[in-house]
Amino acid sequence: MNYRLRVNPIACTGHGVCAELLPELIELDPWGYPILLSPAVPAGVMDHAKRAVDACPTLALLMEDVTGP
Amino acid sequence: MTSLAQSAYRAPELGLPRLLAGVSYYHPTGLAEHEDLYGPLHLPPVSPHQGHAQRQRQRLIEVVERSGLTGRGGAGFPAGKKMRSVAALAGSDRKGRAVVVANGAESEPASCKDRLLLTRAPHLVLDGITLAAYAVGAGEAHLVVHGNEDELLDSLEDAVADRDTLGVDPVPIQVTGIPGRYVSSEQSSIVQYLNGGPAKPTFSPPRPHERGVNGWPTLVNNVETLAHLALIARYGDGWFRGIGPPAEPGSALVTVGGAVNRPGVYEIEMGTPIGQVVTLAGGPSERLQALLVGGYFGAWLPAELAWPVPMTHAGLRAVGGAMGAGMVIALPITSCALAETARVVSYLAEESAAQCGPCMFGLPALADALIELAYEGGRGRAVRAIATLLPLIESRGACRHPDGATQFVRSALTTFAADARWHDQHGSCYGVNRAPLLPVPGDDEREWDWT
Repeated sequence: MNYRLRVNPIACTGHGVCAELLPELIELDPWGYPILLSPAVPAGVMDHAKRAVDACPTLALLMEDVTGP
Repeated sequence: MTSLAQSAYRAPELGLPRLLAGVSYYHPTGLAEHEDLYGPLHLPPVSPHQGHAQRQRQRLIEVVERSGLTGRGGAGFPAGKKMRSVAALAGSDRKGRAVVVANGAESEPASCKDRLLLTRAPHLVLDGITLAAYAVGAGEAHLVVHGNEDELLDSLEDAVADRDTLGVDPVPIQVTGIPGRYVSSEQSSIVQYLNGGPAKPTFSPPRPHERGVNGWPTLVNNVETLAHLALIARYGDGWFRGIGPPAEPGSALVTVGGAVNRPGVYEIEMGTPIGQVVTLAGGPSERLQALLVGGYFGAWLPAELAWPVPMTHAGLRAVGGAMGAGMVIALPITSCALAETARVVSYLAEESAAQCGPCMFGLPALADALIELAYEGGRGRAVRAIATLLPLIESRGACRHPDGATQFVRSALTTFAADARWHDQHGSCYGVNRAPLLPVPGDDEREWDWT
């Protein structure tokens, strides 16, 4: 399985929950919006990533399976 | 050479002008005059036999693909390929579940080529819409312009009505006015507006060609692209490719402005060197330092560097520029390039749809930093502050608006690197007192609503 993170920048209002729950891959810009350090999600942080996706108050953090057919 | 239908009218000579051949300074070309010039539009009657009808449509798409026509709205995407993907996604059931949208909402303040086409040769554009609707099997067709341009809306509705009385367009063309905001002419904004929402960009995917107006596959084309289509269908792909480089053939409309003797819209052969484009517009009216090519999502290039560069997407990309919708603005040595850049970025910041944080907060911060650099200097720190901001804005919006602005600023920092260092150390220069050159609409000319 090969998962990638993506932010819907229109839905995102900069709550910053994702950076709290997934500091391994996300940091915040000066205005409080997430910067993805890497879109690919390594297996080791999968649990944190899932938690961050579920916790986003505006459902703006997306994790997509990009495993090829 | 294949044309869609055998026309009694011989293909015109290969030279220029093509689109502007029948354009009068004083009045729009009427339907009768248009048909005298180019011949009537021939659409093969849609066969009741599904397979046959589909092959007929396919043939037009193949002609467009072979012509090598690229989008004239800025991105330069192959027009035939886009048509093919919409036709394919619309499916084979052919129930008219596809939509064609002609984008004539020219938001770029430095461009007026679409406006010229729509006001002077509207039937070329309308022919193109009908051909595109035929090719993708659309059941709905829209021509979109800015809603605050009452005269233009009226004249287009008259042109459509003239065609209706003769039954030229099997799929009725609806003329719609959209809000006159900069990002409202982005294709997803138009689709969202036609679906009843605000004219703001949307998150993708889905892209309009996958799911657009009514949720149907939607072909969004610039009006100039469609005008070329009207000629390609008549005279064939070989005629179209008769001028211009093989990879980006044909002609294009460009708007030339700034310090030139005869600013205006010109039809050029694709690949014409930029210097020759400036010469076409009467040549420089003052000594030039740089050219802004591609408008506000384009790039500044030093005048000498730009002079021999061919006006094509590939040619401009190779020197770090962009062709955009074909704007060339000549900046004289007496203007302050940084003050000009700051003014435009302030305008672009105000035109943000304020949907994405990095654009909503990043562009005003960038504009402030540029104003500080141009007018006050930063004791050596302003340039670095700008360079730090740029990556915080790039690739983080739903549409290309923030990235267009940063590309413009990056090109300013490269082309005017010495100026930027000087300003950073010493503050303002004499050039800032010169009247602004780059066009930015005044507050009273602008529309602020999104619906």
